[in-house]
Amino acid sequence: MTKKDGFAPSASMRVGGQTLLLAVFLFIVVILSTGMGYLKISPFEVIRIIVSKITGNHELLNGIDTVFPYVVSEVRLPRILTAAIVGAGLSIAGAIFQGILLNPLADPYTLGISAGAAFGASIALLLDITFLGIYSVPLFAFIGAVATLFAVMFLSSFNGQASSHTLILSGIIVAAILSAGISFLKYVADEQVSIIIFWLMGSFGSKTWADVFLTLVFVSIGFSICIFFARDLNIMSLGDRSAGSLGIETNKVRVILLITASLITAVCVSVSGIIGFVGLIIPHLMRFFVGPDNRRLIPASVLVGAILLLCADTITRAVLPREIPIGVLTALIGGPFFCYIFRKRRIGRTDG
Amino acid sequence: MDRKTVFKVRDIVFCYGKNRALDNLSLTIEQGKFYGIVGPNGCGKTTFLDLLIQNKAPESGTIKYLGRDIKEYTRRKLAKEIALVPQDFYINFPFSVKEIVLMGRHPHIPRFASPSTEDLKIVDEIMEKMEINRFKDKYITELSGGEKQRVVFARALAQDTPVLILDEGTSNMDIQYTLNILDIVADGVRLKKRTVIAALHNLNLAAAYCDELIFMKSGRMVSGGNIDDVLNEQNVKDVFKVESRIYFDRYSNSKQVVFKRGASV
Repeated sequence: MTKKDGFAPSASMRVGGQTLLLAVFLFIVVILSTGMGYLKISPFEVIRIIVSKITGNHELLNGIDTVFPYVVSEVRLPRILTAAIVGAGLSIAGAIFQGILLNPLADPYTLGISAGAAFGASIALLLDITFLGIYSVPLFAFIGAVATLFAVMFLSSFNGQASSHTLILSGIIVAAILSAGISFLKYVADEQVSIIIFWLMGSFGSKTWADVFLTLVFVSIGFSICIFFARDLNIMSLGDRSAGSLGIETNKVRVILLITASLITAVCVSVSGIIGFVGLIIPHLMRFFVGPDNRRLIPASVLVGAILLLCADTITRAVLPREIPIGVLTALIGGPFFCYIFRKRRIGRTDG
Repeated sequence: MDRKTVFKVRDIVFCYGKNRALDNLSLTIEQGKFYGIVGPNGCGKTTFLDLLIQNKAPESGTIKYLGRDIKEYTRRKLAKEIALVPQDFYINFPFSVKEIVLMGRHPHIPRFASPSTEDLKIVDEIMEKMEINRFKDKYITELSGGEKQRVVFARALAQDTPVLILDEGTSNMDIQYTLNILDIVADGVRLKKRTVIAALHNLNLAAAYCDELIFMKSGRMVSGGNIDDVLNEQNVKDVFKVESRIYFDRYSNSKQVVFKRGASV
């Protein structure tokens, strides 16, 4: 066999090489971002601080301003890592939703999960619930998201089967109801409405290592599950009947992936508010570069999503004169960019 | 010749709500024969085929595959036995033609393994036989309806199963490719003893290719058996409500059905 195809060892080594390159790039972006901000810290100092924290070797800190280690490890790194992990999580969720709903334009919020999280958070903010301290609002957001997921699944299942069409429709209905609910809560909030609004717009400010740990656990487990079913998801794009005839238990896979992607989304939204476009654009874009095979798409989306959301957060934190809420920034940049690539790809295509 | 019984279907009933799509249907499918199922829209052809691939389960009655109840087979096991060419499909993601055909090998490739050289060889051979080799790197989303249908056919043939089920898989194709594919399928029956069950709209195609014909109407089998016995004007009138003349044609080496203008009953 002389012709190289997508499955020959050299091609998968090429993909592995690309993935490694992206991972290295992510690492570099993390280090550089940690050095940016009101206090400028050089990349080497950042690395020395990190290594000294891990190894406990305080000699590495000689010559570095005493406040820097605190800034790096307690203020910046948790925020930066959370942004990267959330970027990765939303991208995986986006890729999975696009695959399950057979729609390259789906995103993690298509099924109303974000509306559910927003509703939960709004209730917590409105009623000033603080019995769990700073985790009260995220917890309510998470509960709201999960409750919405089950409501949508319940609405859309007939005889234990939930097709992509019924899921989308149910998601739209539930999201609309929750949206109205959120508007009502904003109205009731009266002067407190700004707290709700700012939460909804998304932010990575004052994230802690607990946030990093929480999101990392959910996103890692979610990633593993999604990779496990990646090939099944590829085949499900042929439609349920064909996929079934090829041995895929479409309903089981769909439910498992739906729950996994929704939980990833729920955690991300509860930690950082509603950040749009990332889950839509990253997988959509990466599909142009690495193809629709989910075994390649998901890892690529993870890394590029992490890099891009991290950059966006660094821009708003350290580059812009005033910090714009991250959800607004991703929409402002992502929106026009998406229009551009959408137009560019449409020209020259003959199909619908 | 003593043939193996592939499917034994007894008294199956299937309803969509109040509509009895299959009404105590019973029949037997033997190995190595090309079966055609014909009948008007709504007669239950597609539902019946769905039950054979375990896409749906009958409300009552039994289906046995190779002597065992079909419920005992997992979908994955059944995928190595039965392949389906569906009627319609749309694919929203830009997989290449080769990737789609390779999906047909899925039941034979372990979960985290790559396709073997044998898998790739089978895919290449089928794409060449079906003359879709020249667009193997094109995106499926860029193909015409007929070309897509050929790719889907190739996918099912790549699955290389003892049983092949066609649900009207040729409706969008040029006659050139329709005959090309049915020839490949018929070769599989003749040389590999494959069992083919095809739901067909075109009676004359069915006549030219099938060994056995099953007439269905309103969820029941009206008549079934060797095509020479069963394809007659009375059955066509009963099932399709049209007058016809049926005669043996030398060129196609089979019975052919002809219609006349103004002769619908």
